[in-house]
Amino acid sequence: MDWLSLLAYSVFFLNLVGIYAVLVLGLNMQWGMTGQFNIGVAGFFAVGAYTSAILTTGPSDDWLGGFDLPFLAGLVGAVIVTIPIAWVIGRITARLRTDYLAIATIGIAEIIRLFFLNEGWLSNGTRGIPGIDTPFNVGNAGYLLIVTLFVAGTYWLVEIAQRSPWGRVLRAIRDNEAATAAAGKDVARFRLEAFVVGSCIMALGGGLYAHFVGFISPEAFRPLYGTFLVWVMLIAGGSGNNRGVLLGALVVWIIWSSTEILAGLMPTALIGSESAFRIFLIGVLLQIILVSRPQGLLPEKRPRMPGAGR
Amino acid sequence: MSLIKADGLYAGYGGVDILRGTHLRVEADEIVVIVGPNGAGKSTAMKALFGLVPIRQGQVEYMGEVITHQPAERMANRGIAYVPQESNVFPSLSVLENLELGAYAVPGDLASRLEKVFAIFPKLQERRQQPAGLMSGGERQMVAMGRALMINPHLLMLDEPTAGLSPRLIDETISRIQDINQLGIGVLMVEQNARQALAIANRGYVLATGENRYEDSGPALLANPEVAEMFLGG
Amino acid sequence: MAEIAQLLINGILLGSILALGAVGATMIFGVLRFAHFAHGDFMAIGAYFALTVVTVFNLPVLAALPVAMLMTAGLAVGIDQVVYRRIRRVQPVILLISSFATALVLRSLIQMIWGSSNQVYQTGIQMPWRIGPLTLKPDHLLIFAAAAILVFLVHLFLTHTRMGKAMRAMSDNMDLALITGIPADRVIMWTWAIGGALAAAAGVLLGMDTRLHPVMGWTLLLPIFAATILGGIGRPYGAIVGGLVIGCAMELSTLIIPGAYKPAVAFAIMVATLIVRPQGIIRGSL
Repeated sequence: MDWLSLLAYSVFFLNLVGIYAVLVLGLNMQWGMTGQFNIGVAGFFAVGAYTSAILTTGPSDDWLGGFDLPFLAGLVGAVIVTIPIAWVIGRITARLRTDYLAIATIGIAEIIRLFFLNEGWLSNGTRGIPGIDTPFNVGNAGYLLIVTLFVAGTYWLVEIAQRSPWGRVLRAIRDNEAATAAAGKDVARFRLEAFVVGSCIMALGGGLYAHFVGFISPEAFRPLYGTFLVWVMLIAGGSGNNRGVLLGALVVWIIWSSTEILAGLMPTALIGSESAFRIFLIGVLLQIILVSRPQGLLPEKRPRMPGAGR
Repeated sequence: MSLIKADGLYAGYGGVDILRGTHLRVEADEIVVIVGPNGAGKSTAMKALFGLVPIRQGQVEYMGEVITHQPAERMANRGIAYVPQESNVFPSLSVLENLELGAYAVPGDLASRLEKVFAIFPKLQERRQQPAGLMSGGERQMVAMGRALMINPHLLMLDEPTAGLSPRLIDETISRIQDINQLGIGVLMVEQNARQALAIANRGYVLATGENRYEDSGPALLANPEVAEMFLGG
Repeated sequence: MAEIAQLLINGILLGSILALGAVGATMIFGVLRFAHFAHGDFMAIGAYFALTVVTVFNLPVLAALPVAMLMTAGLAVGIDQVVYRRIRRVQPVILLISSFATALVLRSLIQMIWGSSNQVYQTGIQMPWRIGPLTLKPDHLLIFAAAAILVFLVHLFLTHTRMGKAMRAMSDNMDLALITGIPADRVIMWTWAIGGALAAAAGVLLGMDTRLHPVMGWTLLLPIFAATILGGIGRPYGAIVGGLVIGCAMELSTLIIPGAYKPAVAFAIMVATLIVRPQGIIRGSL
């Protein structure tokens, strides 16, 4: 492999790392900061991607096109559309215990996917929406710059949020809900806010994804790609920890790409399907991580409280 | 050799000691009662003996065997039965099934053990098909105690057995406990209704803030003016 | 009118399969206290185990059913011993993710071993019976009968065996079960065995009714969880009723909404239950 193709591959690869990093940062706001177990990441991922696609593509008979708005408008639109959806979902799931929350969120994600699959007038069903352009038609390298900016911006925002009074209340809720409620904080409201913000960040990731790949269809938002990989990144990196999240995104994408190489090396007679083998590998890998080191690569270091000894 | 003996116990949840150097013992055939104000650590002491609360320091000996850090699951087949204060029956199971499960750890002749329990609590035989969750508080207490008796225990631990019961039921429960003791079963109980409990006790302990304060025979503690004033209240 | 009756028949059929899956899921949920996301894929792998038995030994499906149940029971216990047991002692919340991973591993294994195309137990078209305006395949009766028999066997197990009662006890009140001296580890193993076996049965019956496909189990997972929640966690009889209700609701819903949204119906019922009456609709204690 010559250096140019390696470079091109790295650029492509890093774009995806960045996009998924944004997704995981959003998930971290829900799980890491407030302990809300959202297995429906794929749902908000899809809403963001489709909204951005619809707003920025040209007219079409096959889907709800024609707005032809610029890139940033697409992203902003993705976030704005997500707010009420996340708010409703958050309200419904607010009081649900972990297991029920997991079931509910996965149900919602599947239904969102079904929606985009069936409402062809909106989304062109299984055929998907093609021709989603990058801003100013930049190539992958240029887009990487854009993605990096968004990742940096999101990271910065989330870090600020964590250290803010708002973030400290969220942390208190995660660590000891009863005590925080007794102290007079409206637990449900804070959780809802965190849920909505996290979902909006995921939608942002979805928008970035749509413009990068140029074509989206319900296939991209199946539980594996939409949710599972994101969770693996979160766990691998260390829940609650934003830096770990970024590291997790990178590491997991490296491993995911490696499975492609590994699968290519295996005789077909042995493994049948390459894609199935890759999923098998990453599933087994996650199990190994969970059994041996569930706290991830970078376990959480609590931010220093002013005046605390430690 | 005492039936059960605990010395110098420091125990509590999450690293916080509720018991501070507590000691107590029960001889075979005795009724021993633990009383004291709220938060004294009475229930904690019993739970620590049964392996439900981690013991940081100290020792528990049962019939000569050191059982300090043994988990609660292993107590039943040693012959120690424990009746929690709340949530002490299997609600969706019938009275009979509750009793049968009581005997799980010590399989064997079920029929004669059921007979013994029904002899003490005849009402349970009447209601044996009824789901335990649908019974009144007093009836549930009977199921809970009956369940505990099914292993033919040497030692029966009761956590506030008369809590929430009407005066008539309290009397009945107290006399049942005496009946059980007559069968040769040692009884250790924590009680808030201190007067009636101490009246039937061979010996009693008064705990306050996790420490032993008084130890004497039941009637002697009842007659002790300091105890009466500080701990017995109404 | 005939349309409704036909949909009801389909609903009861789907409902029996859901009920079978839900009974296993609710027992696992009740004793182990977590939603096992790989339950659907246990169904799938059970169906595929049966497929192998059918093709290799040339047996009818129903003969392969007990073999598949046994194999899946063993698989379930094995997975628990190797993976879940280590995690639940340390961090119970992680069990959910681990079960998700198990689901993917099983699904990909199915794809690798058996391939991703649709398969059937027997080729050829069955002649349906026509009773007036209604259509019924002979297989439907077999499926319903098999489900009913299995459910009855589970009932006998839960009410007449020591282990069955211990399972119900642990599901009712875990702490008291430990205090009573019930051996938690052994009950857990039996729970996985029975849960896995029932899932396999549901999978085989599903395969008989429709066809085999690697995601066949995952597609039914949501309705099965809905049935479990509707009937009340840890309540096997509730799960049966829940399964039938959800099955009928899903089929009848096609009168007003497109069939593709059937899972959404199950989901809506589930959410409604969680909001209005989280302990399930079945009154009483069983």
